[in-house]
Amino acid sequence: MNGTIQAPTIEYGLLAPMLVVFGAAIIGVLVEAFAPRYLRSSIHKPLTLLSLAGAFVLTIWQARSGIPTKPAAMGAVAVDGPALFIWGTILVLAFVSVLLINDEGHFVASASAVPGSAEEERALSEGATHTEVYPLALFAVGGMLLFPAANDLLAMFVALEVMSLPLYLLCGLARRRRLLSQEAAVKYFLLGAFSSAFFLYGTALLYGYAGSVDLAKIGASLGAVGGQDTLLYIGAAMLGVGLLFKIGAAPFQAWKPDVYQGSPTPITALMASGTLVAAFGALLRVFWVALGGLEWSWTPIMWGVAILTMVTGAILAITQTDIKRMLAYSSIAHGGFLLIGVVAIGNQQQNASALSALLFYLVAYGFTTVGAFAIVTTVRDAGGEAWHLSRWAGLGKRRPLVATVFAFFLLAFAGIPLTSGFFGKYAVFQAAVDAGATPLVVVGVVSSAVAAFFYVRVIVLMFFSDPAADGPSVVIPGGTWAVGALATLATVVLGVFPQPVLDLAHTAAQSLFVR
Amino acid sequence: MTTHYLVLSALLFVIGGVGVLVRRNAIVVFMCVELMLNACNLAFVTFARQNGNLDGQIIAFFVMIVAAAEVVIGLAIIVTIFRTRRSASVDDVNLLKY
Repeated sequence: MNGTIQAPTIEYGLLAPMLVVFGAAIIGVLVEAFAPRYLRSSIHKPLTLLSLAGAFVLTIWQARSGIPTKPAAMGAVAVDGPALFIWGTILVLAFVSVLLINDEGHFVASASAVPGSAEEERALSEGATHTEVYPLALFAVGGMLLFPAANDLLAMFVALEVMSLPLYLLCGLARRRRLLSQEAAVKYFLLGAFSSAFFLYGTALLYGYAGSVDLAKIGASLGAVGGQDTLLYIGAAMLGVGLLFKIGAAPFQAWKPDVYQGSPTPITALMASGTLVAAFGALLRVFWVALGGLEWSWTPIMWGVAILTMVTGAILAITQTDIKRMLAYSSIAHGGFLLIGVVAIGNQQQNASALSALLFYLVAYGFTTVGAFAIVTTVRDAGGEAWHLSRWAGLGKRRPLVATVFAFFLLAFAGIPLTSGFFGKYAVFQAAVDAGATPLVVVGVVSSAVAAFFYVRVIVLMFFSDPAADGPSVVIPGGTWAVGALATLATVVLGVFPQPVLDLAHTAAQSLFVR
Repeated sequence: MTTHYLVLSALLFVIGGVGVLVRRNAIVVFMCVELMLNACNLAFVTFARQNGNLDGQIIAFFVMIVAAAEVVIGLAIIVTIFRTRRSASVDDVNLLKY
């Protein structure tokens, strides 16, 4: 206590992927401020794609040069095997989503202009575009990278907000159906802020219990601190509410269909893939590292949440008439399948196999969902994308290739063999059976069967109905074409030849989360 | 002695939470969320006192910054939808359902 302050040590090398993404986002803001309007788009596109690719290369390089065994940045960020795997996944999915964002016509000319006003007319005629989309997306991706790697609850809260705040704005920027888009933004924002307040109060209570927000220290204090169990239980529950909201687990799933439907479809793709992956990484870290010793208390609740999520997602999806809402409910159901893996906790080896199953599932699901939303952007009416299912009738006769690819993605969601979805589900269910969660697996299989019904219903509609005379046209811009091809390739390869990625997930999961 | 502050913080949090659920105006709902964040801050500072370390006080600063950023984003979104619909009532945003 001699009054000098020790400078913290920051492992910049380990944090490099994150720093590259955040750095590019800040450069993007400067471009917005200083570059002339006609140049902005042509600067942003390569900048965004290159920074994501660069961060991916850095992640690979780090994984090859050895996985660190202790947390970086004074214990605030844990760059461990699972974190590196999740980073790689998020960066690839974000890259693919940015390819979708690149294609013209998804974003509003001027978000502040009232729809239908003279101001909007002017913005449209001037050809104005919101190039802020790129830095916002990069900030969101940066938050997604920090969220699953955060090793204390403060870093995790900041990451949660850095990830969510840009997404709230991006949700409201759709060019068509402005009212729906703005409504999605308001709903997402108010509910998201509400849930992050719960997360924060949970953090406060756990800090009161353990005297630290460090996940490992909270984990170590379980059982060591006496007489304050109320703080611990309420804190853990509130933290769980905040995290489960981001995943869209029932009973906190209400925002998901509305937000997925109203947002610009490329942003929906980014949220459905990247946010879900990041949120599962964070959920696993909190519940396995910090609250691992409390397993007997939270597993029964998590069982209930998983069952409710799977059943809600699968059953409500049947009643949907809107393709984006249907995919949103399917995403809720998939969140439930993933939660099965979260409760498949046991000894060291069991945890590693559950974790590797989850990592594989996240990769497989992420690619398929980006691909499915990419196809949704291509089927268009005069007023924008054709969302109503009836408009998709007979698509297989008019555009066989597009319909076949979409059908293939739907089969992958359903978990049909020879698609990536099958191995994802198989691995997670296998881990759950090993952990003694067989009843949960039974519910999972039954809801998969229910879910298969509505996937197949869309396929039947596309191939066995007659196309309407004034049916939607299919427009495939270059970027979207590439995304569809990449996602198809990933879904096929992971379904036919999954071993390399399974091995990679297994290696990443072997060391589990560092403490 | 710190118990009183914790009780106050819990009360503020509950008032905020109930406000979010029952109030109609998006701005008021948003103010209630901010009240919840402030309740968190009070809890952090109190626990910092109770635990005898400074972590909680530092965290309170981070929370303030995040809350400020959230205000910027939130007001932007609410003002945009108000200009479109001439209403900030959360009951009126009801196009997306079922």
